[in-house]
Amino acid sequence: MSILVGNDTKLAVAGITGREGSFHTLNNRSYGTNVVGGINPKKAGENVEGIPVFADWQTCVAESGANTAMIFVPPPFAAQSALEAAQAGCELVVIITEGIPAHDELKLYNTIKRDHPNTRVVGPNCPGILSPGKANVGIIPASFFKEGNVGVVSRSGTLTYQIGNELAQAGFGNSSIVGIGGDPVPGSSFVDIIELFEQDEQTELIVLSGEIGGSAEEEAAEYIAANVSKPVVGYIAGFTAPAGKQMGHAGAIVSGSAGTAAAKAEALEGKGVRVGRTPTQVAKIAMEILGA
Amino acid sequence: MDLLEYQGKQLFGRHGLAVSDGKAVTTVDDAVAAANEIGYPVVVKAQVLIGGRGKAGGVKLASNEDEAREHATNILGLDIKGHIVRTLWIEHASDIATEYYASVLLDRSAKKPLVMFSVEGGVDIEQVAEETPEKLIKENVDPLVGLTREQALDIAKKGGADEDVVEGVADALVALYEVWIEEDASLTEINPLIVTPDRKVKALDAKVTLDGNALFRHPENADLGDSANADPIELQAKEQGVTYVKLDGDIGIMGNGAGLVMSTLDVVAQYGGSPANFLDAGGGSDAAKVKQAIELILANDQVKAVLLNIFGGITRCDEVANGLVAAFADLKPSVPFVVRLDGTNDVAGRKILEEAALPNVHAATTMDGAAEQVVALAKGSN
Repeated sequence: MSILVGNDTKLAVAGITGREGSFHTLNNRSYGTNVVGGINPKKAGENVEGIPVFADWQTCVAESGANTAMIFVPPPFAAQSALEAAQAGCELVVIITEGIPAHDELKLYNTIKRDHPNTRVVGPNCPGILSPGKANVGIIPASFFKEGNVGVVSRSGTLTYQIGNELAQAGFGNSSIVGIGGDPVPGSSFVDIIELFEQDEQTELIVLSGEIGGSAEEEAAEYIAANVSKPVVGYIAGFTAPAGKQMGHAGAIVSGSAGTAAAKAEALEGKGVRVGRTPTQVAKIAMEILGA
Repeated sequence: MDLLEYQGKQLFGRHGLAVSDGKAVTTVDDAVAAANEIGYPVVVKAQVLIGGRGKAGGVKLASNEDEAREHATNILGLDIKGHIVRTLWIEHASDIATEYYASVLLDRSAKKPLVMFSVEGGVDIEQVAEETPEKLIKENVDPLVGLTREQALDIAKKGGADEDVVEGVADALVALYEVWIEEDASLTEINPLIVTPDRKVKALDAKVTLDGNALFRHPENADLGDSANADPIELQAKEQGVTYVKLDGDIGIMGNGAGLVMSTLDVVAQYGGSPANFLDAGGGSDAAKVKQAIELILANDQVKAVLLNIFGGITRCDEVANGLVAAFADLKPSVPFVVRLDGTNDVAGRKILEEAALPNVHAATTMDGAAEQVVALAKGSN
């Protein structure tokens, strides 16, 4: 298996006609993802290299049977598009867009939870989800990864590539790689994704790559101790980040004494999760555990 | 995006929260004129984005024109923990019967707004939270409903507000929540929220943080903050759309992707180095963007060595290499560079660098190796 995206994925993309949207949609398709449609109210009836463009999410889902949505539209419209995808019946909504107002994310999260409890949102501000050998939904450069038994969940894109690449060089592949994004109100948390990896037969080890800000890593530590049988290796970025400064990601900020990298690493280690101090160390610990 | 006190108070005022009348000024003469107009006694308050203004002598009471002039003269230009006072807020002094605390913030864990209220105002609220948590009321609000007057009244009562001002406190909480929602704030805080002897509830201070991602909805807020005290390189980077954070060390850092850059800073620190900046050149950086980034890094004269740590996904290593070559032709840097190119088109990128034979540029293949090398080079140049 793998989680979230795979052979059953039927992907539709809001923002498919934009420069980035079309580039990555076609990349996803050439990887083997089943791309069934796109949304652009002004270009309904047209197609992007054979992928039909629909006026809205309702029509798209009704006519193409899409079950997975990818959102590429600009920040002012992204949350609304994600909500419409959920309303149209998509089970998974992956939001790539960076720069969405936090209040929009807050309303989206709470509306989906109340009105569409069976829809899962991943992102915003994330690189998407890759299940090597099966499907790629997002902007993860798939050529670095092969199929295997390590599940990766991360708040950062390039850091995921760094860790994944070191694992690949050591001969390990991935079940799925999930970017949950660097924003303050992510649709899915570490806990949500770790729960899926725990249930996934293909996954034998889980890598959690966190960073400063918020308390998602601390919550994951508690959850892992109580619910996860598989080994988890952690990494936290931002030990040298000064308090009060936003480090690139909207959610990567130490507020007063809360959200520091040290506190997060300590919380994980306190629950028996080994935490690598560099991405290279993460790969080494993973290899040790898997008995390379 | 953090607002100065007076900017926050002006937002509060617009949303019906009671604040004292006041005026923001930048010269001593204007301060005196404002004080005369407002009427004595007045408070002369330094406008900087740092706590502890009072202790540093940045907040003074003036009961006549001579005192107003004296305080304004002393406070303007004052250095408060590295923040130079360039603006004063002059407001009519308030009589205080009681000091409370109120705030609204984003509870990232609950994924809901959080309203906090305490009758222990005017002190460090983190200390209250730690030592007497029962005196700090925290309640989540359903963002799809908003803070109702009913919930606000309940919070005020639970928090132990004096009975005769429960309604006034509830009104203040509702207004504070309205500011939070309508201005797209991540924090609105009043410490202290005072009760005057005639039992009016009023915001004596204002701490507001706005969401930079929501500024497209609030163009009128775009110039708020304390740009006069912002780092000039950070300001320039912001204009260019590059994420740059100035740090205290001497090793310039550039990478692609916020997580990888944060991680690079950490790895450099682990090898005993001290990063001079955080710079995320972003995904898909082309040669021109790379050159621009290097220019920003070198604008900091503390920089003794530079590390480029690129793991190419969307970013192509050959583009980065071309940018570096172009930057060297123009900027002729005098400090050593360590360049680690991995990922998309890494072989082509390394070849470009090898053929260009840039002076004092060292290639590295791993992140750890690159960090170790740049730290040694920075130390060697001491």
